[in-house]
Amino acid sequence: MNTIAYFKERFDQFQPSEDPGGLDKLREHAFQAFSNMGIPGSKHEEWKYTRIAGLFNKEFQLPADPLTGSITSEDLNGLRLPGHEMANELVFVNGFYSFTLSRIRSGNLRVLALDEAANGDFQELVIRWLGDSSQYQKDGINALNTAFVRGAVFIYAGKAKLIEHPIYIYHITDARSVNILSQPRSLMYLNEQAQAQVVENYSTLGSNESFTNQVMEIIVENEARLEYYKIQNDGSNTNQVSTTHIRQIGKSFIQAVTISLNGGLVRNNLNVILDARNCEAHLYGLYFQSGHSHIDNHTIVDNIKPNCMSNELYKGILNNHATGVFNGKIFVRQLAQKTNAYQSNKNILLSDTCSVNTKPQLEIFADDVKCTHGCTVGRLNEEGLFYLQSRGISEKIARNLLLSAYAADILDQVKPAALRGYIEIQINERLEKDLS
Amino acid sequence: MLTIQNLHAGIEGKKILNGINLDIKAGEVHAIMGPNGSGKSTLASVLAGRKDYEVLEGSVEFLGKDLLDLSPEHRAAMGLFLAFQYPIEIPGLNTINFIKTAVNEVRKYRGEIPMDAVTFLKRMKEKMALVNMEQTLLSRSLNEGFSGGEKKRNEIFQMAMLEPRLAILDETDSGLDIDAIRIVSNGVNKLRNKDNAVLVVTHYQRLLDYIVPDYVHVLYNGRIVKSGPKELALELEERGYDFIKNENTVEAV
Repeated sequence: MNTIAYFKERFDQFQPSEDPGGLDKLREHAFQAFSNMGIPGSKHEEWKYTRIAGLFNKEFQLPADPLTGSITSEDLNGLRLPGHEMANELVFVNGFYSFTLSRIRSGNLRVLALDEAANGDFQELVIRWLGDSSQYQKDGINALNTAFVRGAVFIYAGKAKLIEHPIYIYHITDARSVNILSQPRSLMYLNEQAQAQVVENYSTLGSNESFTNQVMEIIVENEARLEYYKIQNDGSNTNQVSTTHIRQIGKSFIQAVTISLNGGLVRNNLNVILDARNCEAHLYGLYFQSGHSHIDNHTIVDNIKPNCMSNELYKGILNNHATGVFNGKIFVRQLAQKTNAYQSNKNILLSDTCSVNTKPQLEIFADDVKCTHGCTVGRLNEEGLFYLQSRGISEKIARNLLLSAYAADILDQVKPAALRGYIEIQINERLEKDLS
Repeated sequence: MLTIQNLHAGIEGKKILNGINLDIKAGEVHAIMGPNGSGKSTLASVLAGRKDYEVLEGSVEFLGKDLLDLSPEHRAAMGLFLAFQYPIEIPGLNTINFIKTAVNEVRKYRGEIPMDAVTFLKRMKEKMALVNMEQTLLSRSLNEGFSGGEKKRNEIFQMAMLEPRLAILDETDSGLDIDAIRIVSNGVNKLRNKDNAVLVVTHYQRLLDYIVPDYVHVLYNGRIVKSGPKELALELEERGYDFIKNENTVEAV
């Protein structure tokens, strides 16, 4: 069992470091916060439907070293996403960034060890923004990641730099010999007019259990543009809490697409902080879960400044005994007049034993705003099914066509063609397997 | 081709069809007319195999087989086609992919290999011309945002692609202006031959000016109460359904 005492012991092993950048203070502070709060239980309002505390009754090992030696390039080849030939590839193994396995193709993309960034030219940015997500994730699991910020990276796109190759980030957990807790951490900064596509992906090797507690924080400057994709398709022996925190500090555009196709327990936190006038943000999600898997998407759109626009659409398909959670918060602060915020969550339940809890949450403190939200939970459209069958299409194929059609508007948002093709194939395979 | 005997059917415990008898032979066009609520659409739905409807009594034979035993897709593969009164919109399903899947599923059922792309495209162009269908419409999602007329033309286009033996047109004229009715009817007429048959289900006579029936049947209270030649439709148009209702009330007394 992983008790607080276990983490304390691990934490002390890391001390002291020779790191004047101020990260020690942050870690110390975070560990204190973790000790006070512990792993969030179901009494915590934000964790009511997603129970992770019980998972730690098992023993997870929190690796002290990169252990990159254990992952060969052959292992990596088996995990690469299509389109990798033209991508920057950032590889984390058991939560530690591996310089040897990673490959940077774009000349104007800078990837540094976070400690190095914190002690060099980027010190100010790192100290200012690292840990920004903890204002929104006020729980022990976020603090736990920060307490163990090691082997983390700083990703930087300079002024007016267009990162022409997508940035693929692989989070690999090697659970071939024991249960592993990995805690990848990254901070990304898109300077003015920079543009980047980021793709995060998760894989576990071996049949022991993995728990990935990941935090990525992204700061988006004026006139910058970010496309962010999260692809989750790991085994049923894997668990994760994956936090993506995006703060737009200048008039900018972001879109985040979260595709969750498999995993034992998956909790995603997506924060989009609209912290400048005239920002635009699009949040899309597609989850398709079967077996006993659990998917939880918690999103926050925080309108701090006026004239921002956000659009959010999450669609789910649940089958067998799968459970789903959608919790969409929209804050409109007092200054954020002329906010336009849209939110929608739609669910199709394919079995009598799956379920979803969906909850929109709007907190509006400004008076001149447009906010809409809605959610639906239903079955596959029977009329549509009959229509297709009446044209000679078998029930099974008709169901597949209808479900693919349902997912299409989210897939349309996946701009890199190789990635989109890959997701389509995964979904079709799943439809074949699940609905036969 | 189609023989309906003493068909009783209903939905959710409510009985709607009370003993229908009808015989349709290859090469014929039959029209079923009747006031609202007489059971016209129920008959069309039962024939196509819509799940919610329950057959209580009677039999339907189609091309020598017991139709009521078969799934909707099986019926379609045998050559039964229902043009929907309200075609379904399916966002995200590309119209061409849908039609290609349907054509090849039917071919698979018949033991034929999938149609090659060139033949398919050629056939599609040909059939599109039949109902003045634009290519742009087909590259969109199935029926999504189509106008009423475009949806109905799409139904006839699908019919043309699938080449059914028996086409059931369920209120195909509803919501259409006269030009659209002309286009749709023209398409249907061009598809007629001595081997296939058409069953037109309609409230109004006007569609029958364009698709001229060999027989007209009047449905009332779930039964065919009157059958006759095409002139019967004109009589109905002139006198309204009340005279049918009155005749039948008298009979009942």
